[in-house]
Amino acid sequence: MSHYIHEDKIKELELKANAIRQTIIEMLVAAGSGHTAGPLGMTDVFTAFYFHILNHNPKNPDWPERDRLILSNGHICPVRYATMAHAGYFPVKECLTLRQFGSRLQGHPERERLSGLETTSGPLGSGLGQACGIAYGARMDGTHSASSGRGKFRTYCFMSDGEHDAGNLWESVMFAGKYKLSNLTGLIDRNNIQIDGMTEDVMPLENLRAKYEAFNWHVLEIDGHNIEQIVDAVEEAKAIYEKPTVIIAHTIPGKGIPEIEFDYRWHGIPPGQGPADKIPKTEQAKHFLHDLRTLQGKIRSEHQ
Amino acid sequence: MKINLKNPELKPTRDGYGLGLVEAGEKDERVVVLCADLSESTRSQWFKDKFPDRFIQMGVAEQNMATVAAGLANYGKIPFISSYAAFSPGRNWEQIRTTIALNNVPVKIGGAHAGISVGPDGATHQQLEDIAIMRTMPNMVVLVPCDAIEAQKATVAAAFNNKPTYIRFGREKSPVFTTVETPFEIGRAEIFREGKDVSIITCGMLLYNALVAAEKLAQEGIDCEVINFHTIKPLDEKTITTSAKKTGAVVSVEEHQINGGLGSAIAETLARNYPAPQEFIGVQDRFGESGKLEELIEHFGLDANAIKQAVKKVLVRKNG
Repeated sequence: MSHYIHEDKIKELELKANAIRQTIIEMLVAAGSGHTAGPLGMTDVFTAFYFHILNHNPKNPDWPERDRLILSNGHICPVRYATMAHAGYFPVKECLTLRQFGSRLQGHPERERLSGLETTSGPLGSGLGQACGIAYGARMDGTHSASSGRGKFRTYCFMSDGEHDAGNLWESVMFAGKYKLSNLTGLIDRNNIQIDGMTEDVMPLENLRAKYEAFNWHVLEIDGHNIEQIVDAVEEAKAIYEKPTVIIAHTIPGKGIPEIEFDYRWHGIPPGQGPADKIPKTEQAKHFLHDLRTLQGKIRSEHQ
Repeated sequence: MKINLKNPELKPTRDGYGLGLVEAGEKDERVVVLCADLSESTRSQWFKDKFPDRFIQMGVAEQNMATVAAGLANYGKIPFISSYAAFSPGRNWEQIRTTIALNNVPVKIGGAHAGISVGPDGATHQQLEDIAIMRTMPNMVVLVPCDAIEAQKATVAAAFNNKPTYIRFGREKSPVFTTVETPFEIGRAEIFREGKDVSIITCGMLLYNALVAAEKLAQEGIDCEVINFHTIKPLDEKTITTSAKKTGAVVSVEEHQINGGLGSAIAETLARNYPAPQEFIGVQDRFGESGKLEELIEHFGLDANAIKQAVKKVLVRKNG
């Protein structure tokens, strides 16, 4: 069965992504800390995965045949929590417990506290290695649809661009290339910002495509806010048999809120505590939600 | 308990790792072995020869080895990662902490060539801080087998304890003084020699030196209890306290920095339960250097003679 996507579903997912962005703003405000830019930039990717791409069961997060989604840059977890909640893993209102004492929604994700997270992450550069281990183990048990093995699922690893500064990550890129882990697909949130500034100023990453190709990966580049392109890229990766595939998803940090888009100062700050040169701090949360609701109206009318 | 102190066979504890890997691999097909370009010297080659499809060559990439193993364990395998202790857990400690211990997946970390006894390779390769950095990590089990036979038992036991586990091995040949019948259970210390004057608490190959020192001291009328603490974590606190209550004085012996190792773990327990004078045999807050095994053991004060002196010193404090 093809997973290619039709027009009605795209509209449905765009509206879903908008609702998830609103939840992200609400949970960051409730927490009083956390990252704003990254989660908003990756919302369309997460929505496409949880509502169309992944073979998963929110009511049975440990289902052995589920696809594995590893989030390497754990600090953007608000988008994962919000998307999982909207997908039915837990009540959306629990999102408001983010970063609070006793919450399952830790500041950085912990596997043992919340089923469905797959790994514990935060320290950068370590997700791809774990994804490699899962993909390698699955292949040992038979990944191909014709086999009777229990490894018949795909492993996805979401990474940030900034974490490509870390040497550990390149060890994993080399490993996946050597062992031709074609059941593994990486996805890079290429939003060009990191904590101290633009990636190309802090530590240049380009030519990212050429680097991955030199490590024996298949490389795709997409608009990370275009649901159809996200879905199509994953479908192409499934057809690449000889190599692992990495999808470089070009995204806009802070996407959905024009006043903060592409502003690296919003990397690690919640609404209400961000730079006040455009919107006063006390107005930020209200303003952001207003922006998103306006966008919601636009999505509705565009597809009509 | 049958302990062979006279002319024991000599074998490195890493041989026990190799044999244990093969034994565990025969028992359970989920066992896989990863190695960072040191297959022969860590003895993981022995597993590779027997189970080539379950051996994964990592190259010189210890950080990736830890994270790939975390993924394999997460999926359902029982991975052992093999390198020198200086690099694993020396170099990849953060990956072990986050992706194995906090993630709580049952990866087994085999650290070979630990201790001063690595010899000619010198300080860079003489890992003397591994017990300290591993025992402070929640969820982690820490094992330091005393000879090749115990190393094999520890490796097999670790394969099936379903917990993140560090096992420490040495490079050089050392006396094999236990037998296949000697009891071994993770978390339970074994009293190898009963005594009433001083408790010598030790782990690893220096246990042999401690037993030799105890024999010599017996001839001088000093009756030492010698305990094999192969498990540093979880620590058998009851055995420490019981022995200290009986003897009233403790000497800890380890091939490790005196800061943070077995001696420190014992001191923490005694301070909480039964304060008693303690002397620390170990490396005194300095790096190692090149030399032959025997030269280094004597130079760093880890030989039977040094243990004898420490016992006498602690006895003075106990009686003073």
